[in-house]
Amino acid sequence: MSEVLVLVEHSEGTIKKVSLELLAMAAGIGEPSAVFVGPGADAAIATLGDHGAKVVYVADGQAMLDHVVVPTVDVLAKLVAEKSPDAVLIPSSADGKEIAGRLAIAVDSGVITDAVAVSADAIATQNVFGGATIVHSKVSKGTPIITVRTNSIAPVQSGGTATRVDVAVEISAVAGSTKVVNRVSVQKSGRPDLSEAAIVVSGGRGVGSDAGFASVIEPLADALGAAVGASRAATDAGWYPHQFQVGQTGKTVSPQLYVANGISGAIQHRAGMQTSKTVVVVNKDPDAPIFDLADFGVVGDLHSVVPDLTTRVKARK
Amino acid sequence: MKICVCVKQVPDSWAEKKLTAGDSTLDRAAADRVVNELDEYAVEEALRIIEAGEGEVTILSMGPDEAADSVRKAISMGAHAGIHVSDPALYGSDALATSLVLAKAIEGRGFDLIIFGSESTDARMSVVPAMVAARLGLPQMTFANKVEVSGSNLTIHRVTDYGYDEVQSTLPAVVSVVEKTNEPRYPSFKNIMAAKKAPMETLSLSDLGLDAATVGLANAWSEVKDFAERPAKAKGTVITDEGNGAEKIEEFLVTQKFI
Repeated sequence: MSEVLVLVEHSEGTIKKVSLELLAMAAGIGEPSAVFVGPGADAAIATLGDHGAKVVYVADGQAMLDHVVVPTVDVLAKLVAEKSPDAVLIPSSADGKEIAGRLAIAVDSGVITDAVAVSADAIATQNVFGGATIVHSKVSKGTPIITVRTNSIAPVQSGGTATRVDVAVEISAVAGSTKVVNRVSVQKSGRPDLSEAAIVVSGGRGVGSDAGFASVIEPLADALGAAVGASRAATDAGWYPHQFQVGQTGKTVSPQLYVANGISGAIQHRAGMQTSKTVVVVNKDPDAPIFDLADFGVVGDLHSVVPDLTTRVKARK
Repeated sequence: MKICVCVKQVPDSWAEKKLTAGDSTLDRAAADRVVNELDEYAVEEALRIIEAGEGEVTILSMGPDEAADSVRKAISMGAHAGIHVSDPALYGSDALATSLVLAKAIEGRGFDLIIFGSESTDARMSVVPAMVAARLGLPQMTFANKVEVSGSNLTIHRVTDYGYDEVQSTLPAVVSVVEKTNEPRYPSFKNIMAAKKAPMETLSLSDLGLDAATVGLANAWSEVKDFAERPAKAKGTVITDEGNGAEKIEEFLVTQKFI
């Protein structure tokens, strides 16, 4: 059985959930090997082994992360050349997609982005056009390089252990041509990351104001341990920051539960959330297209229904 | 300062999109064709940079004959010239081929900056700017929501999960900008008239010295095996709130084990 490389997404050694999901997916194709770039591998290796990685390739050092994506591409390109893996799986983040794109050029291989499933023979399933169309695609030249969305598969604990193998890669001139000089954190809300969250509580035009987000939407999100999302109408109106926009031109989310409040459900918005597993809708307009996606919907005023629901959820804790 | 802005003609993002039954390519006739919304931020950013100093902005697009309209549309925001790469052999090209063609069209023209929108609203891969940077061997300064040029130095804020990274490089460089980086202007009447007369080069594959066997659907590095419309979702339960709406949602969330 041949290796399948999984690029680990992490923040200073704290592994992001999607990395463990990808190890589970890789096990369906071949033998999972994790690729860890940057500092903090020591803390991560046991967890990666416990989730199916037989080997963890480590390109250690902060320098690897101080340049935009290229050092990671160079590590993966070296491993693809040496190991001839059956596939390379990469998280579908902004960084991940760019890494995949450059890797495809470096190793002359095809690239597929935003897969939600990958079969044993590396055929990828994608939900395109905001999930309206389901596509099966295959890389036809070189090593399949596939980026995979968060929440596509559940992580599996194998109880195994992984061997560390260090990989040395020099910072090339091209890699060194960009330099990260400062990392700035903004808006630490304490809520889960919108694109990784298991539950998303979202607000749209019906929320009516920024105060509505603070007093109605955020409290329900916090009661459910959810991330907050917003429709384009709400972000364009300035009621909620743009980085929380869910939709065609914003974030695509696929949580276990999506609660849409005061959102009509234009294609713009549906494109960003219609692959959510379960959808709950609160909207005054019984004809709003969002009700077509609802597993459970209430025709009513969110300003009374949502606070009532928040109180009820809190009371159950 | 010479700036190249790459734009893509896409189906209107408010319209339903479809694939073509025969060859699984985008059905471009099924929806109105517009300039990719995120590319308007790229054009605006380029115009702001030259307005703060001096220079020229060239719009570059690869696409079928109709894509020339999108090049003119982008020029009418205030750009100076257009390059349209069009060739029947390009039909069905993937991101690898597209990046190859764009890089060929860009190289040797002395551009200081090449600016993209961070993704197209149809394919949504977000890989072409990085691929073009790779092919040209230029600094990849992508996913920017702030772009600052000072002499031959470039600083961007690269958007991340946690906020942003401040990243520096020298020129020339490849930049992509995210949505809301700026407020794209509407074309003025004067610029719409000027765009009609702006110089436009139309280039074929052979003009770029590229072999048709490296591009197009048949030579893509990946292929669509099959596709299907998502089956309509089974109709859920919808009730009208009579003071019990929250209670009913609570019951639903309990049966689904969310609370």
